Amino acid sequence: MENQQDKNIEAFLVANQRYLFKFVVNLVLITCIGVFMYGLFGDSMSDMFDQPEVVSEEVQKKNRQKRKATAAAIAADDMDRVENGIHVQTGFVYAEGFDVVRGTCTACHSAKLVTQNRATREGWKDMIRWMQKTQGLWELGKNEPIILDYLAKNYAPDEVVRRPGLDIAAIEWYILDLSDESIAAKE
Amino acid sequence: MSDKSKKIGIHELYAQGKEKAEKKLWGASANRRGFLKRTAVLAMGTALGAPIVFGKTYPSGLIPAGLAHSKVPFALPGKHPGLTILNDRPINAETPPDLLDDKITPSDKLFVRNNGIPPVDVDVNKWTLTIEGEGARQTKTYTLAELKSKFQQHTYQLTLECGGNGRSEFNPPAKGNQWSLGAVGCPTWTGVRLKDVLEDVGIKSNATYIGYYGKDTHISGKPDKVVISRGVPMDKALEEESLIAWAMNGQDIPALNGHPLRLVFGGWPASCSGKWLHKIVIRDKVHDGPKMTGQSYRVPCKPVAPGTKVANEDMCIIESMPVKSLITFPKTGGTIKQTQNLPIRGHAWAGGPAIKEVSFSIDFGATWQKCELEAPANRLAWQHFNAKVSFPETGYYEVWVKATDSNDVSQPMLLPGWNPRGYLNNACHRIAVKVQ
Repeated sequence: MENQQDKNIEAFLVANQRYLFKFVVNLVLITCIGVFMYGLFGDSMSDMFDQPEVVSEEVQKKNRQKRKATAAAIAADDMDRVENGIHVQTGFVYAEGFDVVRGTCTACHSAKLVTQNRATREGWKDMIRWMQKTQGLWELGKNEPIILDYLAKNYAPDEVVRRPGLDIAAIEWYILDLSDESIAAKE
Repeated sequence: MSDKSKKIGIHELYAQGKEKAEKKLWGASANRRGFLKRTAVLAMGTALGAPIVFGKTYPSGLIPAGLAHSKVPFALPGKHPGLTILNDRPINAETPPDLLDDKITPSDKLFVRNNGIPPVDVDVNKWTLTIEGEGARQTKTYTLAELKSKFQQHTYQLTLECGGNGRSEFNPPAKGNQWSLGAVGCPTWTGVRLKDVLEDVGIKSNATYIGYYGKDTHISGKPDKVVISRGVPMDKALEEESLIAWAMNGQDIPALNGHPLRLVFGGWPASCSGKWLHKIVIRDKVHDGPKMTGQSYRVPCKPVAPGTKVANEDMCIIESMPVKSLITFPKTGGTIKQTQNLPIRGHAWAGGPAIKEVSFSIDFGATWQKCELEAPANRLAWQHFNAKVSFPETGYYEVWVKATDSNDVSQPMLLPGWNPRGYLNNACHRIAVKVQ
């Protein structure tokens, strides 16, 4: 009996601890984001608010250094985040060759210009040649096969017919209320 | 459906989460200098948890790094949040069909197809337009004020459609932004006739083509690299509806669409209509600026099998756009009761001829019924159609719409001829309807 009570208390404490832990983690996270943003924009933030300077120059300098270190750590963490095999920041498939592809392709354009396209290895090679000829892309050297392997594997063409039927799975069905006046033709 | 054609909103571009973006606006819009209005900057600041300090000069179309991973909805400056963002550098965004329901496309709902980075800090008082070239009798420069005061002003409603609209359906796939249906719009444009300005400069008898130069910069960062410089033959340049425009729907053209000055050639691939216009060359040959040559905005001169490699010399420049139509009401996926007639409506256009008929089918093209069709506001403006559709029984239906132009040319039901870059897909628009 007493044992059971102990267990209950223990469970209660554990739950509370978990709650406290979550709270602290959130607090730290929110603070970090704030510090990060302040680190980015803080230097000139006072201009926006027209607030008088009350902190000494030296303390400010120290704080700024501290902030910058924290911000850099968070930024590095975010830049490396991978979810469901997708590199979160760029949207690229996280697979062999990713680093080279990110470094090369996003130097000029959005990763989205890659990820929305599909082609065979030859097709991707043609695109690279076109970019080299007309868009200022440099010679890729030993990186070229790495990039081509990555693209041909992860962004290959789909097997589709001449014109696919409507994508039923993608349709968001809704009740169309035809008595609604808002459906009247716009001028 | 493949990821390729999955539509996503802009914050997802950065967050790259799988959730569909909730479409909401910051109240973001660009002022006429191309920067976010203060309210929008403040709204972004609120979302960031800190004000954006350089808000006064925050350029249109840039997404703050602090929002990169957030789930906060975001819209392009001056643009409706419902636009589908295909690419953020350079910015490319299309308008879902149901947002194109207005007869005159509102400025915030016109698609964005940028090849480079729009200029920031545009000063309308210092903006000039220079005309020169082998086919010009002289080199002459006009200020914006001179253009407005010296020449008669004209307003036309003109359809602009990206040459690659519909590219996403081609197979084998074509490279480039994977436009689906909405790289088209028909706002009103105000400006002066290109013809009047060219004639004021003086056109030599050897004049063949005009080419434009804009103030946008190349995404590679190379300062002197021309982003895009296309144009049209003299015949098209001298048409009455060919404008040098400064206003869309009576107001400054949105920064992302070419403020303060652009060309507008209704009915031709929108890439002919140069944005941030500062120079026009009158050429004695077909203009050969970037994206006039090679495979850009060209299709095989003779039909080819899907997937064929076509040599540059066998590719021909696209001129007017083909006949096409779009159902703008209802949005695909509507469920109605069988007792109800379904009103449908939309627009139809062709690159030169008028539209003479629009029909719809609810049986996958087996039978067709005529829609009511309105006359265009002027030549090269899209025309509105509507119909009441009744369904014989409950079930799943698709409503297909097909336009026919005054030359008796209609839209295909399947994809038209494959071409290496995926241009000119004018296959009929299809929506799904459930009748219960």
